[in-house]
Amino acid sequence: MKTRDLAYIALFAAIIAVLGTLPAINIGPVPVTAQTLGVMLAGSVLGARRGFLAVLLFLVLVAIGLPLLSSGAGGLSVFAGATAGYLFSWPIAAFVIGWLTERFWSRYNVAWGFAFNVLGGMVVIYLIGVPVLAAVANLSLREALASGAWPFLPGDAAKAFIAAAIADQVRRSYPIIERPQRAVAAR
Amino acid sequence: MTLALYVPRRSPVHRVPAGVKLLALAVLAVVLFAVPTLPMTGGALVAVVVVGLGAARLPVAALARQARTVLWWLIGLFVFHALFSDLPTAAVTVLRLLALVLAAAVVTATTRVSEMVAVIERLCSPLRLFGVRPARIGLVIAMALRFIPVLAERADRIREAQAARGGSARGIRGLRTTVAPLLVQLLQMAHTVGEALDARGADDVPPARGRRSPAPAA
Repeated sequence: MKTRDLAYIALFAAIIAVLGTLPAINIGPVPVTAQTLGVMLAGSVLGARRGFLAVLLFLVLVAIGLPLLSSGAGGLSVFAGATAGYLFSWPIAAFVIGWLTERFWSRYNVAWGFAFNVLGGMVVIYLIGVPVLAAVANLSLREALASGAWPFLPGDAAKAFIAAAIADQVRRSYPIIERPQRAVAAR
Repeated sequence: MTLALYVPRRSPVHRVPAGVKLLALAVLAVVLFAVPTLPMTGGALVAVVVVGLGAARLPVAALARQARTVLWWLIGLFVFHALFSDLPTAAVTVLRLLALVLAAAVVTATTRVSEMVAVIERLCSPLRLFGVRPARIGLVIAMALRFIPVLAERADRIREAQAARGGSARGIRGLRTTVAPLLVQLLQMAHTVGEALDARGADDVPPARGRRSPAPAA
């Protein structure tokens, strides 16, 4: 991995951190934050591998004691909390989005991007986050869905669209995904 | 933006190596979930508070800040379990979460970020087998720590500039005219930082294999 790739990874970890300074809306245990927007962007701009590592790096920064989650939470405590599953699902979400984006790179547009972001950024996150919420909080799956998935559908769908619109624009003016791949193939 | 939850003190807890504290935290989590009884969870909670406030001499605020982020959630959880399960289950569930959150807060508040980074580099050293160099992990963490205040400042500057022009570019137009170009600028900045680091010898070729010539033939 080139130093430039490390810089991209660090940049997106920082972007997710700064998105956490935007105010979050608390509904029940799981807050609506702009940070999942950063997760979607990491996957759709950097691709699977670097997107995954960027989000993982962000979680490492949180774990070593920086108050980077929205509402200033941080430290190891958050990985023991009810929302731990959502946090662990983020790198996987970025990977899935990045993988799909790379696959369909030549045909990428806002509609495809939206679909990938919904699949990776919503389906994957709910699939992992909701069962963990249910387990940690001793809730039934139905109750966990009611407090940890359904309220987020409109906000997350909006974020999926916004991330796709930005990624499409970046793809046209400063594509990150295709160039390094060519460089690797040439070596 | 304060960038650390670390509380400097001269205490025995601060002096315990970071790796040991992290291990203790992991053990506590396993034990509390394996033995879900009220004396165990209650005892653990008391012990954590004694270690944090007594031995480590942390201010109450350092622990309270972390507890506050989960407070309403814990209250809701308690009420829920008190109504639908029974009182002991409710107490154990809530106290267990509170004990773990506070224990993690104690570790976080008594351990420097640089020590944590060193632990991470050490933990990652087996990854050498897969070609990962732990020093690169330290480098990427350092870069992210530097980028965070830079980004926060740029975001502030844009907000100020928009306010000075008496409005803000909202909606899809805003994405096209502000956010995407900003992201492109940031990517260019990251690219430049990467090149600058390579120029100063941070390059990705392991020293053992020798340096690449500055301009490799195609």
